[in-house]
Amino acid sequence: MILKKIDEKYSKEPSGAAVSSSRKDIHSESYLQTVWRRFKRHHLASVSLAVLVVVVGAALLAPVIAPYDPTEIAGPFAEPPSKKFWLGTDLIGRDVLSRLLYATRISLLVGVMATLISTVIGVILGLSAGYFGGAADMIIMRFTDMVMSFPYILLVLVAAAIFKPGLWNIILILGFVDWPGIARLVRGNVLNLRETNFVKSSIVAGMPLRHILFSEILPNTVAPILVYSTSVLALSILDEAALSFLGQGIQPPDASLGNMLNGAQSLTVLTSQPWLWIPPGVMIVVIVMAINFIGDALRDALDPNGGR
Amino acid sequence: MGKYILKRILIALPVLIGITIIDYAIMCLAGSPLEMLQGPRVSQAAVEAKKIALGLDKPIYVQYFVWLGQLLHGNLGYSMKSYQSVGSMIASHLGPTLLLMGVSLLVSLLISVPAGIYSAVHQYSKGDYAVVTASFLGSSVPGFFLSLLLVWLFTVQLGWLPSGGMTTLGTEGGAADVAKHMVMPVIVLAFSMAGSNIRYIRSAMLEILQQDYLRTAKAKGIGRSRVIYKHALRNALVPVITVIGMEIPVLFGGAVIIEQVFSWPGLGLMTMSAISNRDYPVIMGVCLLSAIVVLISNLVTDILYALADPTIQLD
Repeated sequence: MILKKIDEKYSKEPSGAAVSSSRKDIHSESYLQTVWRRFKRHHLASVSLAVLVVVVGAALLAPVIAPYDPTEIAGPFAEPPSKKFWLGTDLIGRDVLSRLLYATRISLLVGVMATLISTVIGVILGLSAGYFGGAADMIIMRFTDMVMSFPYILLVLVAAAIFKPGLWNIILILGFVDWPGIARLVRGNVLNLRETNFVKSSIVAGMPLRHILFSEILPNTVAPILVYSTSVLALSILDEAALSFLGQGIQPPDASLGNMLNGAQSLTVLTSQPWLWIPPGVMIVVIVMAINFIGDALRDALDPNGGR
Repeated sequence: MGKYILKRILIALPVLIGITIIDYAIMCLAGSPLEMLQGPRVSQAAVEAKKIALGLDKPIYVQYFVWLGQLLHGNLGYSMKSYQSVGSMIASHLGPTLLLMGVSLLVSLLISVPAGIYSAVHQYSKGDYAVVTASFLGSSVPGFFLSLLLVWLFTVQLGWLPSGGMTTLGTEGGAADVAKHMVMPVIVLAFSMAGSNIRYIRSAMLEILQQDYLRTAKAKGIGRSRVIYKHALRNALVPVITVIGMEIPVLFGGAVIIEQVFSWPGLGLMTMSAISNRDYPVIMGVCLLSAIVVLISNLVTDILYALADPTIQLD
């Protein structure tokens, strides 16, 4: 269908193992060193990586560094930022900074887990469709077309309405809806790899299927999967935020970056309490943008034909 | 060509049937309409009678075929809340959504096509970096956060634009009034779409610029601008078609959130209120409709693709 062109584009990034570079010092450099050297050329991505490390560190250490309990009332209602409350307090007197730290933790958790689930599903389906071909391919790819036809947000909203919204349900819903892109990508790669000599010779040599699939084909599609999954991660974080903003995602009193913005739908909060909604919004933009820049740099760094 | 179109349609048919099955399965999973009836004042016998009247005592596949038969007659079922037919509810909310989606798509293309081509032609220049960075910003800002910022700026601080709705209450409306209400939702939708579109058109254009026929054209010495505007631009039509095809599902999804924020009286707002009321016939009607629209737009894109690009393989 229309995404064929895109698939081809991604599948042009073949093996991670077969690095060919015109540089002379290539012999003294491992593959990972090459990737790291190329990655560092992207200044925006390097900065993004540093920012992301700080954000993830702060989120992981939230129980240690958060000044107050995120769900306990710590001070007066809706107090503007002060020395005591760096980002002020919310409408019922909880500390906004502490909530922001815990919200980042939840949002990152949702994003990472949903991405893991959808990547595993996508890889399994893509591998089977691409390698076995025939009827299996036809059925899996038509099923992928069906899932892709439903607008993503709508499907997630409907699923969230049927299953009660909550942390693990949101993770499962996002994970089970967002796999078609990866399935298509993996299938395209497998179709190319199946025609290579090293895979053909293994088939002729009678190597077990498990070996061919998981030791020969899969390692050679890791690079494009990694690049693609960064964009899935960015989208999952955005979708969790949208879902929670609409009140169908993470439920209060738990904080997520999306549901902290929920309150800004009221005009008082929007006009006179900007400290309640600007910080979580900016946090989403910073995280998603950092992930997107890193993904873009990874695409170049992992490209064996990239040279440079 | 005719054979190719026929083959595409034949592939789309099982997908269409699959979509109706998934849609019906989700609706069954959501719970039976009888739950709405139950209560202290409804007797068990009345529930049983209703069950038979609605055909819910039959096996599930029979129910599916009955539902499908109704669907083919244009009957999408009835809302559990307002008892209106879902078809007429969708029809009355479709106009505003199509208006919003159409204008947003147009604006995003007007931004992303020139920006993507500029970026590709001036690859690695300062302007290129600026465009690409801006496009990353576009795809990283959540639509609802951008909406809040715009409302804060244009409504609260400057007082230029209304914060929601489609027409000013108590007035006749009119095109100028609607346009004024549309500015912010269109900016939000177009901005987020332009983000990914710019990068797609840029990389497609970069590929076109490396083609042999462009080197030949340059070698003939007809001048840089003529090469780009006459030869390359024509071929850039193919990625533009792809972009439009990719944006249709995104638009449907984005409209749900943006219409909610700006209370735009369209399909998205109706769907959101149906979701919070657990009004499943309405929700699934909208899902089915949008899935079919997406399927048809993919089909049309594929066919246009084949028409625009003679080198594409029609396998």
